[in-house]
Amino acid sequence: MNNTTEKTLALSHFWVAFGAFALACLMGIYQVIERSGFIGWIQSREVYYASTSTHGVLMAFVLTTFFIMGFGYYVATTTLKLPVWNKTFAWAGFWVSLSGVVLAALPLLTGAASVLYTFYPPVQAHVLFYIGATLLVVGSWFWCVSMIVMYMQWKKANPDDPVPLAMFATAANTILWLWTSAGVAAEMLFQLIPWALGWVDTIDAGLARTLFAWTLHPIVYFWLIPAYIAFYCLVPKQAGGYVFSDELARASFILLVVFSLPIGFHHLYMDPEQASGWKLLHMVGTFVVTLPTFITGFTVIASLEIAGRLNGGKGLFGWIGALPWTNHLVLAIILALLMLILGGFGGLINASYAMNAMIHNTAWVPGHFHLIFGGTTIIMYFGIAYYFWPVLTGRPLFSNNLALIQLWTWFIGMVILTTPWHILGLLGQPRRIDSVHYNNLLTLSWEPYEITMIFGGLILVGSAGLLIYNLAKTQFHVTETYEGEVEYAEPIHPVKALPAYLNSFAMWNWVIGAFMLFAFGYPVAQFFLMKTYGSSPWGY
Amino acid sequence: MHIDPLEKKWAAIALGIAGLFVTVILSSALFHGIHAPSHVEPIDSASLHLSGEFAEDKLGIEEDAAGNITVRIVAGRYGFYPQDIVLPTDTPLTFRMVSQDVIHGVHVPMTNMSTMIVPGYVAEVKTELHHAGAYPLLCNEYCGMGHAHMWNNIKVIGKEQWDALKHPQGDASHE
Ligand SMILES: [Cu+2]
Repeated sequence: MNNTTEKTLALSHFWVAFGAFALACLMGIYQVIERSGFIGWIQSREVYYASTSTHGVLMAFVLTTFFIMGFGYYVATTTLKLPVWNKTFAWAGFWVSLSGVVLAALPLLTGAASVLYTFYPPVQAHVLFYIGATLLVVGSWFWCVSMIVMYMQWKKANPDDPVPLAMFATAANTILWLWTSAGVAAEMLFQLIPWALGWVDTIDAGLARTLFAWTLHPIVYFWLIPAYIAFYCLVPKQAGGYVFSDELARASFILLVVFSLPIGFHHLYMDPEQASGWKLLHMVGTFVVTLPTFITGFTVIASLEIAGRLNGGKGLFGWIGALPWTNHLVLAIILALLMLILGGFGGLINASYAMNAMIHNTAWVPGHFHLIFGGTTIIMYFGIAYYFWPVLTGRPLFSNNLALIQLWTWFIGMVILTTPWHILGLLGQPRRIDSVHYNNLLTLSWEPYEITMIFGGLILVGSAGLLIYNLAKTQFHVTETYEGEVEYAEPIHPVKALPAYLNSFAMWNWVIGAFMLFAFGYPVAQFFLMKTYGSSPWGY
Repeated sequence: MHIDPLEKKWAAIALGIAGLFVTVILSSALFHGIHAPSHVEPIDSASLHLSGEFAEDKLGIEEDAAGNITVRIVAGRYGFYPQDIVLPTDTPLTFRMVSQDVIHGVHVPMTNMSTMIVPGYVAEVKTELHHAGAYPLLCNEYCGMGHAHMWNNIKVIGKEQWDALKHPQGDASHE
């Protein structure tokens, strides 16, 4: 199949993603040094908060959205063996998203949008920031339409066949994203933009936080699903084995989509505007959504064990040593799983609200999500990039060794960065502070941890540099050619036929709709039923 | 359709783990009354200083006949008012906090005294402090450029010492 356009499409998305990533890494190291207060001349709270806001937006929204879109386009073409539907439309989505990023970058970089990536009304950013962020999301909806149309085209041509697993998961992510982004889109269109334009005088911060919570949890799964696709569909093949269970993989993706949506209030445990019954309900859902992750852990480790044994590994743990540790995707998953175990433990503490009170909004929280997102998720994005780059550019990877060093240093740097962060959280350090000089003895005990974090940050920046260097060298300086295509893992028991509920989302959309109405219906409606008071805009 | 028996067992174990956590939290909520701070009570941030319980002379502590203490605090960039508060150990405390401007958060390190203070809503937390000493009360939600400079001081003294002092109105207004 001649898929040159698809390759360019995917590669363009990936470069925006990793460009944003590299810039955000530089901001990250600035922040950790500034915060420690060790170097006088770089101290600036204005620059610090502008930097934190930009770092968050670039990592959480730009890197992820562009990476996921690029990955999705290529997965769809290669699994369905179809060209990307309406290429002009796909490119239009790319440009809409990119122009949104540029629009948002202007106020962010000039310090006119230091509201962090969660927006925080009634602190008000320049309206271009809100419009830019909205356009980024609108562009991603173009991608959603492309994915759904291609999925339907394939289904029409192959009505009785199971949808290839990687595409099934991509479709799951599309549906998840459409549901997820509705919350923040409503906040933007009905609250933030009219308010920032001065069309309305006040904003209800409680309603804004509720709508944002709708988006805030499932968006994490939107970021994570490509990593899970690599777990299930790319890694087993690279490791030399098979997927342990195709059906259970589908069940996990469905559970993720259905249960990650109605549980966002675990971000509002400490908020005054929602009653405790709703928080309890969302807490129960939060524990339900650990199930697909437990199942994924099991299936993926079982798939790796099959591969290890096929490679000649013996005994209870001998298969681990027999895995191809020098394959970047295999190494990526091993490191990703290690971080998932560490981060998962922290997540259980966050989710249990008596314990949450101890660490809510402390340094523990960024420590936790840097492990899960900056660790597990991003390290799989690296693995995917190393695997896809030769395919997309037609040139073999510039250096496999550098790739392995990059993955190891990222892992080590992330552990060194996040361990002190967790401890600082337990010691009561608030999150998002530009300096640590409170008028209190307590804060002296924070200092050694601040120093350690700088080391972690430096390792991470070096690692990020290696990634960009390797990818750029591959594309622009390698002269040999590479002809391979992306290969997907086969299940150990081939799937012949599937019940409709494991092969289509028609029913699941109704289930999600019902859950969302139940979990968010009254909590959103209450703001219109009771007498509330909005807030006027504030600067910084 | 094929599901491995081992995998079925694992799914059951995972379900058990999640179920255990849910049971623990639900029972602590339903039988021991441990709830997140949830007190849906709207208030107009723009006029709260003019009259009512959050007027300047009402801030600080108020002790009822049964010895229960209510602490009223206004959060505003960049401080918590009043600035110094003295409290007894082992006494039921109700913190009632409001913001006069943006979103703040409040946390007493290494205790479970924590809540978000969202403008437009009264944040209420019930707790007890068990160890005497000096505590900072820190803002833990980004609220603007001075976020890292927003705190006040709580001094917790022994119950006996407190009773001996017989604090009539607390340290409400001294800065
Ligand atoms: Cu504050």
